[in-house]
Amino acid sequence: MNGLSSLAVYLVVVVVMAALLMVVTHLLGERHSQRGTGVPYESGMLPTGSARLRFPADFYLVAMFFVVFDVAAVFLFAWAVAARQLGWAGYAAILVFMVETVAGLAYLWKTGAFDWGARRRREHLERHGFGNERTR
Amino acid sequence: MKELDKARHPFGDVQLARHADLMAWGRKYSLWPFNFGLSCCYVELATSLTSKFDIARFGSEIIRGSPREADLMIVAGTVFKKMAPLVMHMWEQMMEPRWVISMGSCANSGGMYDIYSVVQGVDSFLPVDVYIQGCPPSPDSFMRGLLLLQDAVGTEQRPLSWAVGPQGVVKLEKPSLRDIMKDERAKATDLRSPQGL
Repeated sequence: MNGLSSLAVYLVVVVVMAALLMVVTHLLGERHSQRGTGVPYESGMLPTGSARLRFPADFYLVAMFFVVFDVAAVFLFAWAVAARQLGWAGYAAILVFMVETVAGLAYLWKTGAFDWGARRRREHLERHGFGNERTR
Repeated sequence: MKELDKARHPFGDVQLARHADLMAWGRKYSLWPFNFGLSCCYVELATSLTSKFDIARFGSEIIRGSPREADLMIVAGTVFKKMAPLVMHMWEQMMEPRWVISMGSCANSGGMYDIYSVVQGVDSFLPVDVYIQGCPPSPDSFMRGLLLLQDAVGTEQRPLSWAVGPQGVVKLEKPSLRDIMKDERAKATDLRSPQGL
C-alpha cells in the first residue's frame, strides 16, 4: 500500500468513527425538556440582553500599534548592530523601510487612530471630515 | 430476592438489563455534584469536600460549576421562597440522569423555620432521593447520605436510550435508616456531651 492510499483509508476511518460517535451519543442517554432546560446557565437567573454586543475596539488598536512599533524596532536594532558593515546600501534600505513606516503612522494619526475613546474620536471625525459616512 | 430481581430487571430483556446494570454501576461511582449551596449546611458540605474527609474515595470529588455537567444537586441549607424558583430553574437545567440530596433539617422540612418565608421541605417541588438529617449534618452524615444514594443509583433502572427501548425510571423504595439502625442505636449507653471534644 503506498502512502496516498493509506491516507485515504485513514480519512475514511476518521470520518466513519466521528460519525459513529456522534450518532451513538445522540441516541444514547435520557432526555428531558422543561422550561429552563435550554436556557443558558446564569446561576439560576434568567439571562438578559444579547451576547451580540458592540463594544469599542480601542484595545485592539493598542495591540496593533504595539505590533507595528515592535516590528519597526526589530528591524532598526538588527540594522543598528551592523550599521558600519552594511554601509550606505544598508542605510538606504532601512531609510526606505522607516519612511514607509512613518508615512503609514502619519496617515493613521491623521485619520484619528490615536484619538482614543468614543467621544474624542467623534470630535476628531467632525473636525477633519474623515469617514463621516461611517459615523452615520 | 425475586422481587428485587424484578425491580432491577423490570423489562425482562436480559441484554438491555445487563447493559443497564453496567451503566448503573458506572454512574454509581461517578456522581459529580453541582457546586451549589444555600445556607450554613453548605459549610458542612464544603468541609466534606476537603482532604480530611476525602470524598474522592466515592468518586464524587469532581465539583461541577455548570448544571449541564453535574449529576447530583445537593440542596444544602434553608430554601427560602425567594430562592425556590432559582433552585427549580437550575434543576431544570441539569441533564438526565440527575439526583437530589436534601441536606439538613431546613431542606428536609423547613427545619425550625415554620414561617412565611421558608419552603417547608424541598421535596415540595423537587424529587428528593436521599434525606440527610441534622442541623447541620456532619460531613460523616453527608458521606452516609452519599453512600445511600450510591446504593439507590446502583439498583435503579433507567432507559439506555431515549429513542430505543422502554422509557421511565424504576426506583426501589427508600430505606429508612431510623428503622434499620434502631436496635443498634438503642444499645448506646454512653452519650457524649456536646460541651467537650
